[in-house]
Formats: sequence, structure tokens, C-alpha cells
Amino acid sequence: MAGEPRLVEVRRNVLKHNDLVARELRRRFQEAGVYVASLVSSPGSGKTTFLEATLTKLRPNRRVAALVGDLATDNDRARLARSGAPVRQIVTGTVCHLDADMVTKALDGWELRDLDFLFVENVGNLVCPSSYDLGENLRLVLISVTEGEDKPLKYPSIFNSADVAVITKIDLLRAAEFDLEASLRNIQSVRPGMPVLQVSAKTGEGMEEWLRLVEAGGIGRG
Amino acid sequence: MHELSIALSIIEGAQEEAERHGGGRVSAVHVKVGPLSGVVRDSLLFAYDLACEGTPLNGSRLLVEETPVTIHCPACGMERAAVSVEQLCCSVCGKPSAEVMQGRELEVVALELE
Repeated sequence: MAGEPRLVEVRRNVLKHNDLVARELRRRFQEAGVYVASLVSSPGSGKTTFLEATLTKLRPNRRVAALVGDLATDNDRARLARSGAPVRQIVTGTVCHLDADMVTKALDGWELRDLDFLFVENVGNLVCPSSYDLGENLRLVLISVTEGEDKPLKYPSIFNSADVAVITKIDLLRAAEFDLEASLRNIQSVRPGMPVLQVSAKTGEGMEEWLRLVEAGGIGRG
Repeated sequence: MHELSIALSIIEGAQEEAERHGGGRVSAVHVKVGPLSGVVRDSLLFAYDLACEGTPLNGSRLLVEETPVTIHCPACGMERAAVSVEQLCCSVCGKPSAEVMQGRELEVVALELE
């Protein structure tokens, strides 16, 4: 006969494994002197275009590489490879986010010391990636002007887990009738003090400011 | 929806903790979930039952305690409840603060062992 169940107190972070692997990644990145930035957004907000422009502009003087996560296809890898930078695709299958194990595996065989910057493009999703630390120095959350101004209010966790917000496709601001003031207010509401960049990867607007920021490497979680 | 991966991690963690505490069948797992953890309670409950199938935790219950969001208010100089997850400012004086003290948790806090 089973007796009364006994209650045992434990304190265990559910994502302990991921956090440990992410910590190890962060240590490796720091040791190798590579600055790592990850990008999260909903599908279609322009992560890949923004990243392609970033890689292309940094590449003459800096050693850059990228990892890109998608449920299927390696289309984004092919697009990003046009920049000339080494790019690897992480196909997640049914998994809607990247985790630290996937990043570790994707880096296999790459000499991190040969890199100045590594960019990690997450799967297009504003929910799931917020739970997973990837060992990055900086997490960018992108929102395009063709999306609703209230995206930050609908997805507070992802904005809270990120360091910098980037409003993309700013060249379409008028055509999309995007209320910039409202979006800025909403970002500050879910993440007070969050730095916000306004960019168009197409026209180049705002890209210089972003590149200065990433070159300085002085922002983010250390 | 990543609650299935989260549920699998909960089960794995619960099994390890059960072993560490002398073993026995896990009849219930208590977890704390903060609104900033990125995990939705109902999806987690649904995923948990699926994920338990074929494991020693099959038939166990998941008890979810949802925690509030608190921030350090620089004006009050203390931990305060935030107005809401969409509005991270002090519920007493209204000062915004990004210094989250509570609300990101995703933790197994207790097990019931038979």
C-alpha cells in the first residue's frame, strides 16, 4: 500500500540545462573575443534583409559570420551567403526556437578566434525564443512598420528578454500608416529605457547608427 | 508553442530530483511560472499530459503557481508590484523600471512522491 505522498521541496530552474550550455557558450565567446548578437522577430519583419545588410557593411574590415534558424529550407543561408560571410543554417524541424544546444552544434568546427562578430538569427517567432538564452552579448528584437504598433504589448516577454528594439522598413512608414509615436510608447511601457533603432536595410537609413553601436560592442549583457 | 519542450524539461528535472530525494513515484509536480517566462499556463498543462505518456510520470499532476511581476522601484527604493506585464512601472508611484525582480521564473518548486 502506498502511504500518503510526501512533499519534497526542490528549487530547480526548468531551463537549467539550456542555461548551463548558454553559460558555456558565453564563456567560449568571451575567451575567443567574438561579440555575439542574436535577432528575434515575427516572420516577415525583415531579419534576414537587415542581417544581410549588416554582414555586407561590416565585412570589408571585420571578420563576421552568421547562424540562421528556420523550421525548414536553407533559403536564408543562401541569401545571407551573398554577403560573402560564412553562414550556417540551423534547420529546427518542428521546433519553434533556437536553443543553446543547437547553437553549440552549429558552431562545430568553426574557429571562434577567427571571428570578430557572430550573428544568430532566430526562428521567426515572438513567443518561444524569449525563454532560451543563447549565450549572446546582445539580443535585438525587430518589429517592422507593416506590423501593428501594439506588438510590444502583445509580446511583452520577448521585448523584456531583448536589449535593443529595432523598427525595420522605416522607409515604408507613411505607406504603412504606422504610428511611430505609439510604437515607441509601447516599447517603453513593456521595457522602460530600452534603446530603439529605426532602420531601413533597403535605403540604408539608420544602418550607420546600428553599425556604430555593434562596432562599439559596449551594449548588451556583457 | 514551445510548451512541449518545456514540459519535457520539467519531467526530466522532476525525475532527477525524485532520484536525489530517495526515489518513489512522482504523483505531482509543483511549478512556478512567471508572466515574463514566455510560457502559457494552459498550453503547458496540455503539453504536460502528452509529454508524460510513456514516462514514469504518466498520470502525475502538474500544479502551476503563477507569480506576479515585481520590479525594483528606484523612487520608492524597494520591490513593488508592477502595474502589469505590459506596463512595467511601480503600482504605487507610477515610476517606470526595467529592473525585474520577479516574473521570469520557470521553476520546479516541489514534488509529491509516493
